[in-house]
Amino acid sequence: MNRGTLWRFVPVLILLALALLFFWALNRPGRDEVPSGRTGESIPAFELPTLNGDGVRTEAIFDNHWTLLNVWGSWCPTCYVEHPYLMKLADRGVRIVGLNYKDEKPKAQAYLEDGGDPYGVTLVDKDGDYGLDLGVYGAPETWVINPEGVVKLRHAGELNREVWQRKIAPVWKGDSPYE
Amino acid sequence: MIAELGHLSLWVALVLGLALMVLPMLGAWRGIATLQLLGRPLTWMLALCLTVALLALAWAFYVHDYTIEYVANNSNSALPLRYRLSAIWGGHEGSLLLWVWMLSVWGAAVALFTRSVPRPMVARVLSVMGFVSVGFLLFMLLTSNPFDRALPWPPMDGADLNPLLQDPGLIIHPPMLYMGYVGFSVAFAFAIGGLLTGNLDPTWARWARPWTTVAWCFLTLGIALGSWWAYYELGWGGWWFWDPVENASFMPWLAGTALIHSLAVTEKRGLFRPWTALLAIVAFTLSLLGTFLVRSGVLTSVHAFATDPARGAFVLGFLVVTAGGALTLFAFRAPVLKAGSGFRLLSRESFLMVNNLVLLTAAFVVLLGTLFPLVGEAMGMKISVRSPYFNAFFVPLTLVLMLAMVPGMMSRWGAQQARPLLRRLVWVVPAALIGGIWGSRLPGPTPWPGTLGLILALYVVLAHVDDVVRRVSASSAGALRGLVQLPRGYKGMVLAHCGLALTVSGVVLVTNHEVERDMRLAPGGSVEMAGYEFTFEDLKSVEGPNYSALQGEFRVTRDGRKVAHMQPQKRTYDASGRVMTEAAIDAGLLRDLYVSLGEPLQAGQTVGAWAVRIYYKPGVRWIWLGALVMAIGGAVALSDKRYRRPADPGETA
Repeated sequence: MNRGTLWRFVPVLILLALALLFFWALNRPGRDEVPSGRTGESIPAFELPTLNGDGVRTEAIFDNHWTLLNVWGSWCPTCYVEHPYLMKLADRGVRIVGLNYKDEKPKAQAYLEDGGDPYGVTLVDKDGDYGLDLGVYGAPETWVINPEGVVKLRHAGELNREVWQRKIAPVWKGDSPYE
Repeated sequence: MIAELGHLSLWVALVLGLALMVLPMLGAWRGIATLQLLGRPLTWMLALCLTVALLALAWAFYVHDYTIEYVANNSNSALPLRYRLSAIWGGHEGSLLLWVWMLSVWGAAVALFTRSVPRPMVARVLSVMGFVSVGFLLFMLLTSNPFDRALPWPPMDGADLNPLLQDPGLIIHPPMLYMGYVGFSVAFAFAIGGLLTGNLDPTWARWARPWTTVAWCFLTLGIALGSWWAYYELGWGGWWFWDPVENASFMPWLAGTALIHSLAVTEKRGLFRPWTALLAIVAFTLSLLGTFLVRSGVLTSVHAFATDPARGAFVLGFLVVTAGGALTLFAFRAPVLKAGSGFRLLSRESFLMVNNLVLLTAAFVVLLGTLFPLVGEAMGMKISVRSPYFNAFFVPLTLVLMLAMVPGMMSRWGAQQARPLLRRLVWVVPAALIGGIWGSRLPGPTPWPGTLGLILALYVVLAHVDDVVRRVSASSAGALRGLVQLPRGYKGMVLAHCGLALTVSGVVLVTNHEVERDMRLAPGGSVEMAGYEFTFEDLKSVEGPNYSALQGEFRVTRDGRKVAHMQPQKRTYDASGRVMTEAAIDAGLLRDLYVSLGEPLQAGQTVGAWAVRIYYKPGVRWIWLGALVMAIGGAVALSDKRYRRPADPGETA
């Protein structure tokens, strides 16, 4: 192998580097749960405006209820996919708080007008600052918060019936939507 | 029983695939003609088995067999037939079956249309495709079998196809994309075949070229359909989001576009040989990578099909074996580059090299942007990449691409003299400058990158028109006959290039001049926007088949003349009580008007003022129309008769 031919190994090396990255990503701790640091901890404090403009809310909204915190945005295709399921959960009495993440207000409002509003309250995190505190990967993400405001679980990606039964049901002590 | 037949067919297909990946390859290596000859029948049997499996799944959907878990999860007794059938690829398992079925059909087509290709080459190509089929069949059978039964307690009725997927655009969008992804496997297989033969004889490029073009056409249409669907179904007027899944389809398109151009150089001039082989491998690798990103949930949050780590690990393993094997083979077998290999600085080859560099850089930019969040996370940082990053790279890259396109198209192979080239540009450049600047002022002031985009789009179109006129007037036939007699490959190129110019113009217009406004409006009121007057004439109650709706009646006029009558609706579905907003879109060649009803301002009071959303989107149709023209260009080039003529050995054109 002389120097003129070494470049031919560059593509396969790039591929191997990518594969390593993906291998790590597939096996990273808490790929779709919270990094172990956050589970069992209180949700970070916040003071955020609501989407309908009726003032601000703090972490006290989680007190005394089992709640799902759902991170969403009108720019997020998967959010549209999971939306009907959220509506179903809300119909069956599951309390869901929305975190409208890096979105524009009119688009977010239009999103809820069209698909229905499963959220009792929608908090607005326009610049994603609170998402950063929380450690949000992207949208959609669903966090299970207990009545003491402690994070019990985080699910990144689409929420559906299968995810509910496999991951959320075991930690969820609020009213079950399936009984 | 039918489902078991389908399931069994998959296993038989796996056995056939294993035989296909081993026997003809062995035959080509050892020079055993009998084994080489097995390639075609094995490929046909494989395609037959997978067709049976696909039909079995279709049957299960047709007869509402909810004992099959996949059917129960993706269908419902009330679902119309067309969506029941498109539900075949509405979920993870079924879309894999569609993928591998298409691969087998591509294989069968290759087996059918390669009569003129030497036998050992055909054997190698079919074996490589067999290998890919085996990978996906194993993936399906081990982790995602569409025929799994939901026994012993099958549900009474299905969970229904996601309503968002119940849309004509989405019936054909996934198959189009898959046809593109899968189609690049043919060029990949030819490149591997060429590398195995040792010398990468440029004839492999000639054989691979039409297949690559077909795949590229499908991928172009698939991407455009996805963008169009997002626009009218969920985008609030957005047409591209740089979402990782969109990026996953865009990367193979960029690499595939580069491949089409470098295949031309390799075929006609015998140059860029290792580079073209590398691109063929890269294009297919990116298709596999796209599949991996979508299936593994490794990039959380996006279109996540299935976030099962076992599935992700399998696709990753398969990706490493396939692409890693191919790239290692490339590293050892690619021919040595010779310095100064046969073309001058000013020549068509140089400009095509620019094309390749730009397109590959673009693919790399998209790859980085898609993976940055992961890389950041690996280093303990949180990074989010949004459209400003992509725009910062794509605007200049597109401009350079179009700048190089014209001299590239005009130049000769090997060496081009500067003076004749400049003489031809002498009227095109000023005309494009004047026209572009004038055009960009029409809809209002345009920032300079947009103006530059319009100038370059006009420059591309004018230069191609000029070239066509020159060629026609140089031929002895009359104008019309001369036009008809131009080679189809050339006509296809002209169309595809003009299609790109059209898409770019559409992007410039809509990003710089769209108007989006939310306002309050009561029946009888009117509002003026972008030169149009929207009058909210009336609000009616209308009954649909399974919903009742409030329908706004909007009259749209421009300078006193009626332009459109638009009827946005607010529907309440009887069964679910769900409220849906049906926007009214008045599509036009020059602009789209978009009206949708928000909420009544006083809750429950439908007679008073409403929140109304009105958008004006100039040129948005051009984006998809341009893509359509590009794909038509590809199809025209494909119909060139030199692809139908049996190859005569020694011919290089």
